[in-house]
Amino acid sequence: MTERPNPLLIANTIDEALDAVSRGSTPIAGGTDLVVGARQGNKRLPASLVAIDRVEELQSIGLDSDGSLSIGSGVTHATLMSSTVVVTNYTALADAAALIGSPATRNVGTIGGNVMNGSPAMDTGAPLAVFDAMIQLSTVAGNRQITTSELWVAPGQTSAEPDELCTAIIIAPQPDRSGSAYVRLEYRRSMEIAVVGAAAVVTLGLDGTIAGCRIALTAVAPTIVLVDGLESLIGQAIGEATLATVADLASSQAAPISDLRASEQYRSHSVGVMAKRAVLAAARRATGESISVPVNRSIGVGSDGQRQWEAGAS
Amino acid sequence: MTIDEQGSESESIGYDLHVNGQTYPVEATLDRNLLGVLRTEIGLTGTKEGCDDCECGACMVLLDGQPVNSCSYLAAQAQGRQITTIEGLGNADQLHPLQECLLAHGGVQCGFCTPGMIISAHALLERNSSPSRDEVGIGLSGNLCRCTGYAKIIDAVLDSASNGSVEPTP
Repeated sequence: MTERPNPLLIANTIDEALDAVSRGSTPIAGGTDLVVGARQGNKRLPASLVAIDRVEELQSIGLDSDGSLSIGSGVTHATLMSSTVVVTNYTALADAAALIGSPATRNVGTIGGNVMNGSPAMDTGAPLAVFDAMIQLSTVAGNRQITTSELWVAPGQTSAEPDELCTAIIIAPQPDRSGSAYVRLEYRRSMEIAVVGAAAVVTLGLDGTIAGCRIALTAVAPTIVLVDGLESLIGQAIGEATLATVADLASSQAAPISDLRASEQYRSHSVGVMAKRAVLAAARRATGESISVPVNRSIGVGSDGQRQWEAGAS
Repeated sequence: MTIDEQGSESESIGYDLHVNGQTYPVEATLDRNLLGVLRTEIGLTGTKEGCDDCECGACMVLLDGQPVNSCSYLAAQAQGRQITTIEGLGNADQLHPLQECLLAHGGVQCGFCTPGMIISAHALLERNSSPSRDEVGIGLSGNLCRCTGYAKIIDAVLDSASNGSVEPTP
């Protein structure tokens, strides 16, 4: 008779967590995906869990020696949205964290959980994709880092091996005169899942034209997707024509499904609108303008404020 | 011992929960949520089951002072942490100031959401003792109320924060 695995180990160190994962335990942090999924009957609760929410080593945000931002996988959304370095330099990620669930969800839900759950509707995914974030996967034997597009392979499915634990997310410094934003279409302001969303990071040249632009889309494909063909924006000024190109590129590269939340056509169209708004907010932040986190609240998607704000750009 | 749907055996595990300053020994299977253990094993029924799907906030409790949806939190994962339920904040003989204010402002109708509302409001006021109306709205954004329309609940929370200078919503 084989020994039963420990149903629940509460880990205090990364080593304890990695050892348990190597023996087949499933990591749990806030449980906002795992437990909710099990209670809805989508996926059974694994027989053996390792709680990683008390591993302090996973809960810090720091700068590496090369200036990269290193976010522990156990950092909660509440911590992310109020971290000065994230809000200042990686604002799109703060925009996204501030939109997740409710205060209760943000207090226990973690960026590592969001990343490893691999939902195409995850809010932190598009910001991480535009920042070219590296996901650090660890085992008892060592670490490897992969890109988000290497990690996310299908809805709810990642390329991580069963014995790997996500321990950190690493983001290189952004060029000077860069700004970023994440905007989503939502039907309510809390406990919402993105109908569609878009993140953008925009770098401006000294003359104020676009020197670099990356856009990623939420909930319009089996995984978060990066928009191709943005090179045509280089050297262009931010204005009605540029934003129309952004919307066209985003909408044409969306491959959404129809479900009870939105039809395929509505998602394809509205993701272009979100991409346009994300680029505009990112470009304004790149000039040094302060737009408070999250953009969805400070601008008010669909409000008069939003329309005036967009009119000001053209 | 229980037999789950797929026929494999799930064994009970034993652990202690610290609720409202008291320690309760618990024997339950790993899949039991904190809400169920609080209500049926420990007998504290002030915490309510609304949606059982992490949407409505009726089940809100404090875990080390932070609001958590207890329907979607494993009871076993709460061991070693301080759990506070509505019973730990006030009772019929000594109401919590938030409870007084909710009564004074008519912020209670059917009352089902009220324990969760008070837990979320308490957590908000602990970290922000003079919130704006918008900040109260965000603090309570994980709690649904189908009776009041929220205005009177928000009035009550603002009143509790400011000690009585809030004009009631007509």
